[in-house]
Amino acid sequence: MATRQSVLDRREVVARLLAKRDNLLVVTGLGSPTYDVHAAGDHDGNYYLWGAMGAAALIGLGLAQAQPDRTVVVITGDGEQLMGLGGLATIAVSNPQNLVVVVIDNNHFGETGMQVSHTGHGLDLAAVAQSCGFKETRAVRDMKGVDEIARSLHAPASGARFFVVKVKAENPPRSLPARDAVHVKNRFRAHLGLGTM
Amino acid sequence: MHTIVEAFGGIVTGEDAAKGLHRALPNEDWPAQLYRVLKAAQVRQVSYVPDAGHSELIRLFAADPGVVSNVLTTEEEGIAIATGAWLGGSRSVLLLQSSGVGNCVNMLSLVTMTRTPLLMLVTMRGEWAEFNPWQVPMGLATAPVLAAMGIRVMRADMPRDLIETVESAATLAFEAEQQVAVLLSQRLLGAKKW
Repeated sequence: MATRQSVLDRREVVARLLAKRDNLLVVTGLGSPTYDVHAAGDHDGNYYLWGAMGAAALIGLGLAQAQPDRTVVVITGDGEQLMGLGGLATIAVSNPQNLVVVVIDNNHFGETGMQVSHTGHGLDLAAVAQSCGFKETRAVRDMKGVDEIARSLHAPASGARFFVVKVKAENPPRSLPARDAVHVKNRFRAHLGLGTM
Repeated sequence: MHTIVEAFGGIVTGEDAAKGLHRALPNEDWPAQLYRVLKAAQVRQVSYVPDAGHSELIRLFAADPGVVSNVLTTEEEGIAIATGAWLGGSRSVLLLQSSGVGNCVNMLSLVTMTRTPLLMLVTMRGEWAEFNPWQVPMGLATAPVLAAMGIRVMRADMPRDLIETVESAATLAFEAEQQVAVLLSQRLLGAKKW
């Protein structure tokens, strides 16, 4: 049942997902996922969002299409993904095998006062993604499941993947990456060997 | 392909673009010319919410194995895809109708904050010989809304203006990292037949 409380710590989950990141490119949804990924270790291959709610997975799509030989991991929250539900349909049409969306789902809008989100009211994001046509979808509630996702980030896939990790609703101390969006963009592009104008 | 450096800001009229820059391409219709211009600008990803005015261009891109096409559920998705494409080194174009500009407003902050090249081709409704009044409010608001979000607005009223205007917009977007919308007037497209 989607509303059952999870005991997973979001920082531990994200740190575990990225512990052996190798060549992964990472896009983060605004709010806690951006802080979680930064807390796991700043990296030139991280693209942090501070706004543009609903965009994270679709930025991942555009990037995955432009860089078909690199795996792109989008780490976002339930609220951010809920604003981009239609984008799941768009991603599934393209279905790039190098795109993985991971929703850190705490059933709440954590950044704005912990209001209960649609997933807290029972909506199953993995089922939505499956219905849209993602090739592999799963919701996990324990570290064993997180470790399986972490391994699968480096495994070949037949299409776009969508994982939900149910976590405890809490706001750990913020770990803030640069807010200068041009800097973050140029740093990311330089990581791929791309120039600035 | 020649490049044009625009030394002026604000709205570029078709008249400006036509001054001395027009090249005759008599045997092609304008969607085919547009396709060629966008290919010459090295566009490799296209996103769209369908519009009758864009239908031939959408078809040409769909048939091109060198271009990835994305059909969107709402236009703002295309702003995010364009951002990801540029992060990965790829140039893209977003095709939409004027009503869709209203769906993009907050998402446009993504490209202005990140100074990501954006090229939008907007087919206009609600202006020239419009039959459907529901198209009028967003038709009136299209250029002001884009300008309010910091997007450079250019406009083509006639087919002869269009190609030069889009060439110039592509240079501004991809070489100068600007965010540019080219409005294709309803006069150019022809009023929708009912």
